[in-house]
Amino acid sequence: MFDLKGYGPALLNGAVVTVELAFLSLALALILGLIGAAAKLSNSRVAVGIATTYTTLIRGVPDLVMMLLFYYGGQVGVNMLSDYIWETYEVDFFFQFNPFISGVITIGLIFGAYMTETFRGAFLAVETGQIEAARAYGFSKWHTFRRVMVPQMLRHALPGIGNNWQVLLKTTALVSIIGLTDMVRVAEEAAKAERMPFHFFIPVAFVYLALTAGSELFIKWLDKRANVGVIQET
Amino acid sequence: MPPDFIAAWLNKNDIFTAMTIMEYWDGMVTTVQLVFLCLIIGLVFAVPLAILRTVKNPFVSGPVWLYTYLFRGTPLLIQLYIIYYGVAQIPGIQETFWWEIFREPFYPALLAFTLNTCAYTTEIIRGAIISTPHGEIEAAKAYGMNWFMRMRRIVLPSAARRAVQAYSNEVIFMLHSSAIASVVTIVDLTGAARNIYSRFYAPFDAFIFVALCYMVLTFILVFAFRKLENHLLRHQRPVGS
Repeated sequence: MFDLKGYGPALLNGAVVTVELAFLSLALALILGLIGAAAKLSNSRVAVGIATTYTTLIRGVPDLVMMLLFYYGGQVGVNMLSDYIWETYEVDFFFQFNPFISGVITIGLIFGAYMTETFRGAFLAVETGQIEAARAYGFSKWHTFRRVMVPQMLRHALPGIGNNWQVLLKTTALVSIIGLTDMVRVAEEAAKAERMPFHFFIPVAFVYLALTAGSELFIKWLDKRANVGVIQET
Repeated sequence: MPPDFIAAWLNKNDIFTAMTIMEYWDGMVTTVQLVFLCLIIGLVFAVPLAILRTVKNPFVSGPVWLYTYLFRGTPLLIQLYIIYYGVAQIPGIQETFWWEIFREPFYPALLAFTLNTCAYTTEIIRGAIISTPHGEIEAAKAYGMNWFMRMRRIVLPSAARRAVQAYSNEVIFMLHSSAIASVVTIVDLTGAARNIYSRFYAPFDAFIFVALCYMVLTFILVFAFRKLENHLLRHQRPVGS
């Protein structure tokens, strides 16, 4: 019914690359978000300053510009670093920057900033009584964070994480611009070669649609589970 | 910084000559035009669509839902590619006057951006409309206002107040998304940076400068929207402030 002119397997591989990219970036974003939120809520002025600068910078710059900067600039930076290491320590060190790595780093950094805001709001939604009770039981700061704050915060963070994930998934399409052979790249090449833009882009659009619709359902299910013990006001 | 210091720095600088700065400036003009036009057109269409989306009849609200769902569920880049490459494939278009317009990459990009931002804006306004307090509508009905007057005098103004925060995010999001216009050969800010990068092979100079330009535009928008929000919500300010 749908003739993909032999580009089918390449498109499928591209879809796998897209999903891998999205999950790795999400993992990085979640880690950065947790660190960022902890820094923003800490008492250290330096940590608050660094985290605020990070989130402000990221929110002021387009994703594509960041990606180009990391992809082209990253290689130049690594080359400079390896020159320096060679000259001072005579150690041969080289690292090839590829589009996949720069994509993961850029998307992770961008969504880390958004996750920081999500987690910050969620941490603030945890009742102070819970934290006081943990301290009264003699929990250390780290212990309180890990055992009391993180588990209770997750429930509040879930809708925000879900929204960020939906946007992240669509941002992965940009990595095709710096040359990653993801779904979009394959479709673009096929569309140009066969002169059939609708034929290749519309199936790719539907794959994205399926991914976002599927994650919507999954997030709803997670949300339901996370709120099991909570009386819902209707 | 004194101006002669800047002049001296520009004289010694190979990359930031008057010519490249003009390139960035032209790019910025293109970016601002593109974003401004797509936001205005998108907003104009989003208001009636949002009202249609709140109608109970599924044959009216269904198509609008489908439109917003499709455009919010797929990446803008794909939408841009479909329109940019697709327009030329429409049979017979190359003989009509539309071809004069759509041959330039600017208009396909404007169309893609408008459709995208209109979908997001429709959902934002719809959310604001359906959260109108029931009492306000009841009071308007009690005053004998008909549907049209109720919409114009009560529902839409109060929805605008609730929507402005989310809409400011959408505007900034659109400014940032407009960077992908450079992919279809439009020389916007990002396009200018890419040209200058490829001429000098200087990624840091080219892209950090353009990042700063975007940041300035973003902060102007944030500031303007904060002013607007203060203006719209001034009746909610605590007494005495």
